[in-house]
Amino acid sequence: MRDVVEKKNEFLGRYSLSIVMPGLDPGIHVLSLCPRRGWPGRGPAMTESIALSVATPNAFDVAGVTLLADLSGALFWEEQRLLVVSDLHLEKGSSFAARGVLLPPYDTVATLGRLAAVIARHDPRMVIALGDSFHDRTAHERLADSDREALTALQARRDWIWISGNHDPALPSDLGGVVASEIAIGPIVFRHEPTGAFGEIAGHLHPKARVPTRGRTMERRCFASDGERAVMPAFGAYTGGLSIRDAAFAKIFGTPGFMAHVLGDRKLHAIAASRCY
Amino acid sequence: MPSRVLPLPSAEAEPLLPERFLQWFASRGWSPREHQLALLAKAREDASALLIAPTGAGKTLAGFLPTLVELSAPSPAEGAKKNVISTGRAVKRSGGLHTLYISPLKALAVDIARNLEAPIAQMGLPIKVETRTGDTPVSRRQRQRRYPPDILLTTPEQLALLLSSDDAPFLFSSLKRIVLDELHALVTSKRGDLLSLGLARLWRLAPEMRAIGLSATVAEPESLARFLVPQRDGRQEGADIVIAGGATAPVVEMLDTRERLPWAGHSARHALNEVYELIKRNKTTLVFVNTRSQAEMLFQDLWRMNDDGLAIALHHGSLDVAQRRKVEDAMSAGRLRGVVCTSSLDLGVDWGDVDLVINIGAPKGASRLMQRIGRANHRIDEASRAVLVPANRFEVLECAVAIDAIAENAQDTPPLRIGALDVLAQHVLGCACGEPFLSDELYAEVLTAAPYSGLTRTDFDDVVDFVATGGYALKSYERFARIKLDKQGRWRVANPRVRQSYRMNVGTIVEESMLKVRLVRSRGGGSGSTGALGRGGRMLGEIEEAFIEGLVVGDTFVFGGEVVRYEALAEDQVHVSRAHDSDAKVPSYMGGKFPLSTYLAERVRKLLDDTRAWNALPDQVRDWLSLQRHFSRVPGVRELLVETFPRGSKHYLICYPFEGRLAHQTLGMLLTRRMERARVRPLGFVANEYAVAVWGLGDMSFMVRHGQLDLNALFDPDMLGDDLEAWLAESALMKRTFRNCAIISGLIARRFTGEEKSRRQVLFSTDLIYDVLRKHQADHVLLRAARADAASGLLDLRRLGDMLSRIHGRITHRELDHVSPLAVPVMLEIGRESVYGEASDELLAEAADELVKEAMS
Repeated sequence: MRDVVEKKNEFLGRYSLSIVMPGLDPGIHVLSLCPRRGWPGRGPAMTESIALSVATPNAFDVAGVTLLADLSGALFWEEQRLLVVSDLHLEKGSSFAARGVLLPPYDTVATLGRLAAVIARHDPRMVIALGDSFHDRTAHERLADSDREALTALQARRDWIWISGNHDPALPSDLGGVVASEIAIGPIVFRHEPTGAFGEIAGHLHPKARVPTRGRTMERRCFASDGERAVMPAFGAYTGGLSIRDAAFAKIFGTPGFMAHVLGDRKLHAIAASRCY
Repeated sequence: MPSRVLPLPSAEAEPLLPERFLQWFASRGWSPREHQLALLAKAREDASALLIAPTGAGKTLAGFLPTLVELSAPSPAEGAKKNVISTGRAVKRSGGLHTLYISPLKALAVDIARNLEAPIAQMGLPIKVETRTGDTPVSRRQRQRRYPPDILLTTPEQLALLLSSDDAPFLFSSLKRIVLDELHALVTSKRGDLLSLGLARLWRLAPEMRAIGLSATVAEPESLARFLVPQRDGRQEGADIVIAGGATAPVVEMLDTRERLPWAGHSARHALNEVYELIKRNKTTLVFVNTRSQAEMLFQDLWRMNDDGLAIALHHGSLDVAQRRKVEDAMSAGRLRGVVCTSSLDLGVDWGDVDLVINIGAPKGASRLMQRIGRANHRIDEASRAVLVPANRFEVLECAVAIDAIAENAQDTPPLRIGALDVLAQHVLGCACGEPFLSDELYAEVLTAAPYSGLTRTDFDDVVDFVATGGYALKSYERFARIKLDKQGRWRVANPRVRQSYRMNVGTIVEESMLKVRLVRSRGGGSGSTGALGRGGRMLGEIEEAFIEGLVVGDTFVFGGEVVRYEALAEDQVHVSRAHDSDAKVPSYMGGKFPLSTYLAERVRKLLDDTRAWNALPDQVRDWLSLQRHFSRVPGVRELLVETFPRGSKHYLICYPFEGRLAHQTLGMLLTRRMERARVRPLGFVANEYAVAVWGLGDMSFMVRHGQLDLNALFDPDMLGDDLEAWLAESALMKRTFRNCAIISGLIARRFTGEEKSRRQVLFSTDLIYDVLRKHQADHVLLRAARADAASGLLDLRRLGDMLSRIHGRITHRELDHVSPLAVPVMLEIGRESVYGEASDELLAEAADELVKEAMS
C-alpha cells in the first residue's frame, strides 16, 4: 500500500521521500527522513537576506535555499532540478459549466501549454504539483483525451508528484505520477495549505499584489515570502488571486515585514508587502 | 422621405379633445398646445409618432393625452374594453394593460405617476395608473401581473422581465400604446438596444400597439423615428414626426473673465469669484461640471467663500441616495440658491424656478449643452439663460464654437446605434424563459427592431449557440446547455435555475466596482492595514474602486463636500477620517464620460483656421494663437500638425488631432509602440481632448530630418492592424469592455443565485478568461461584441480610424527649439494625468527601487 522511495542526493548526502500511493487516505502525513542539522542559512539571520535578495534577479531564498522564480509562476530549485507549480485548477472551466456558467473550455489546454513551456525551459528531474491541481473531485474524468496525452508526455522521463489539496483531496489513480499529502526535501517542506512552519513552501492562497505606482495600480500574481517560508502563486489559467494584504497572509507570516516577489513581464520585482494593497 | 414632418392639424369636424378635457384645460387657465393636439390627431390616424420638443413644452402630458382620451370613454365598437385571454394555466382571466410608459430613470417614472394622478383625479377619469420599478414590493408586482392597471410606468429592465414571464401574452396582447420618454437619451446606450428588442416582442404580442416617442432635439429625427415602428423587408420605415414649435432661443454667453485664463486644468478656479457673484445675483442657479471630483472641488471652494451664507448644495451620482433626495426636495421647494451638479441632473422632472445654468469646463457636445441649458427655465415662452465658464484656453475655443452651434440650432447627437450582440444574447435567453421559440421566427422578430434591422443570420445563430452552450468551437458543453431544442425544434430553457439566473441579471448597466466610504476617527499615521479602527461611523456614499486604487494611506481627497483622509480599506469599505487640510490632494481628472464631440472638434479646427474669427475671442486667447502662428503653425482644417522639440534631457513629439480623449489615448498607445520599434525610445505619453504628447530619449527632430523617422508611416492607418491587435491583447480598457459584455450577455453573473460574492473570494477573473478565449477562439461572438464596443466606446477606434484616413498625406511637421504655445496645455498635463505607458516593468522596478533606497538609508 505504501511505497517509500529513497534516492541519492549529491548535495545532501541523502534524502528520502515517502509517498502515499494513489487512492489512499490523504490524511497520512509524510515526514522527511533527512537530517536537518547543519543546513546553512537557518535562523534569525534570514531577515538580512531579504534586503540582499532585492538585487538578485528572479530568485529569492527560503530557509537558505535559493529558488529561481519562473515568470510563469513556477519555482525552480536548481540543485535538485526540481520544478514546483501550484494550484493548476485543471478543468475549472467545465466545473463552472456544470453549474451553468459556461466559461470557455480552453483553460486546461492553456494551463498545460504553459506548464509544457516551463518544463521545456528547465528540464526538471522532478515536478511537484502543489495541490489543487484539479478544480474538483471529478475534474480528472472530464479531461479531454488530448489533454490527458499531453499530461502523460510531460510526465515522461521525470518524477511527478501530486500533492493533494482541498479541491482535489483524493487524486485519481489513472494518471501518472504519485500522490502525497506533503513532501520534505532538505530544509523545505512542500504542502498545499500553508501553516506558517519554517521552511514551508505552500500554495492554496493564490497570492497577488496590487502595487500603486504613478497614477495607476498594477495587479500581478506574486510569490509571498519572508525568507523562511513562501506561498506560491496559482499557475492555472483561470485562477484569480487574493491580495497579499489579506489577513490570511498576516496569519502565516506573523508580521507585515514580508515581501511580494511580483511577476513582471520580463523580470521579478521584490516589493515590500506593506507597499502593496 | 421615410417620414413626414407634419404641419399642425387643421380644425376638423370632430374635436380631438372631449368636452371634459377642454373644461379641465380651461379650469387650469391653459389651452391645449398645438403639438399636444397633433399627437391626438396621430392617435386618431392610428399612427406612431415621434414628438420632438424642448424641456418645458408639456411633452409628457402630450404623450399621455391620447391614452387618457381613449380610456375616458370606452369605445362602443370593442364592446368590453378588455380582452379575455387564456394564461396557459387553464385559468381564464380578463384585462391587460392599455398603455406602457418607459422612462430611463425609475425616479422619473414615480414622479410622472404622481403628475398623472392630478388630471385623472380632477377629471374623474376611471383610469388606474401604477409604477413598477426595482423598488416595487414583490406583493405589488405579483398583483400587477394578475390585475394589471390601465397605465403602467416602468423602465426598460422591468419591461424585459415582464416579457420573459408566462404572463406576457396576457399582460400585453391588449396593449394599445407605448410611450417612450427621453428617447434621445435611451437610444444612445445598450439600454436602448434592450428596449428595441422589447418593442419587437411587443409588436408581435400586440400588433395593434402604436408608439409615441418623446425626445429633445436631435441631429437626425428620421433615424430616431425608425426606432418606433417595426422595420420590415429592408424598408426604412419611420414614425411620423411632430416638432413642437417655437421655444424661445436661449441666451448663452461665455464668461469674460477678468482673471488670467489658465493654460491647462479643468477646475476653473480662476473664475470662482465670478461664479459666486452669478449665484448671488440670481434666484436659483444650476452649476454643471463634468466629473464628480470637479463637483466636489467646486462645491468645497464655493463653500469656503460663502460669506453671505447662500444655500448651496451638491448633487452627484455617488452621493448617498437619501442625501440626493434631500437636495432634490429642497430644490423643488425653492429653498436653494445654487446646486453644483454633474450629469446626475441632466434628466429628470421639473425643478423649481431655475433661472440660470452655469456650465463649468468643456461643453463636449452642442446637443448635450443645449439639453443642460434647457434645465434652466421650464416655461417655454421665456428664454433660458446660461453662462459658459471655460477652465482653460482650449476650452475657450470649444465654448465659442458651442455657442455658435446653439445659435444655429445645430445638433450633434450620435447616430442610432447598431444593436449589440451581448444585449441580443440576454434577450434571447429572456425569450426562452417565456414561451419556447423557433429560431426562424425569433430572427424575423429581432429584425423588426431598428438597431438590429441589419443583423445577419450568422450573427443571430452564433448568439443562440452562445446562449445554449457558450458558442465554443470545442463542443464539450452540450450536456450543460442552458437552452435546448425540443421535438418541435423550439428552444426552451433547460432548467428552472437558468430562468432564475436570468431574472437576477437582467439589464445592461454594469456598474463600476464601488466601495462604500465610511467616516471613522483618525488614528494618525497608519499603515493601511485593517486594524482596530472605530466602527459604525457615518456612511458618506460610494466611490469608484479605481480611484481608491490610486491612493496611498494618508492621502486626502474631497468627498461629499468634505476633505477626508484615506485611512484604510476593509472589505468593501473605505475608511476615511475628517482631515483638517484646506487643500486636498486633488483627485486626478477622469475627464467625464464623454469625449469632445466630432462635430464640435470639427468646428474648433475651422475656428483655428479662420484668423478673422479670432477677433471674437478673448484677448488672452487671441494672443496665444497669434504667438503660436509666429513660433510654429496653427493647424489647418484637414492637416495634422506635428511638433518636435527637446526639453530637459528628453525629446517631445506633440500632435493635434482634436479627436477627443478616448481616441487620443488609443492613438498614444499605438504611437508609442511604433516609436519603440523605430528606436525612438519613447518613455510615456499623455492625451487630452485636443492633443497627444509623447516623450522619449531619442532625438525625434534629428530622426525626422535624417529620414530615420517617417511621420507619414508613423501615422499610417495600418496601425489599426497588427499593432492594434497586439495592444488589445493586454489593454486594460479592452478587458473592461470584455467584462461588461460577459456580464450583459449572461456568460457570468453579476449576482450568483443564493450566493454572495465577497471581495475576498473572487471566483474567477474575466481578464484571465479574456486572455484564454482570445488565444483559443479569437472570433468568438463575445470577443466580436467587445470589439464592436471598443470601436465606439472606451477606445473610440472608429473615430481614430476616420482621423487617420483624413490626415493621411497631410502631416505638417515643425521642428522647434522649445515648446510651442499650443503645446503648453498638454505639456502641463504630464505628471498631473496618469501616465498611460505600457512600461509596467519600469513602474514596478521604480516601486522596487524605493525599497532599495529605504534599505540603504
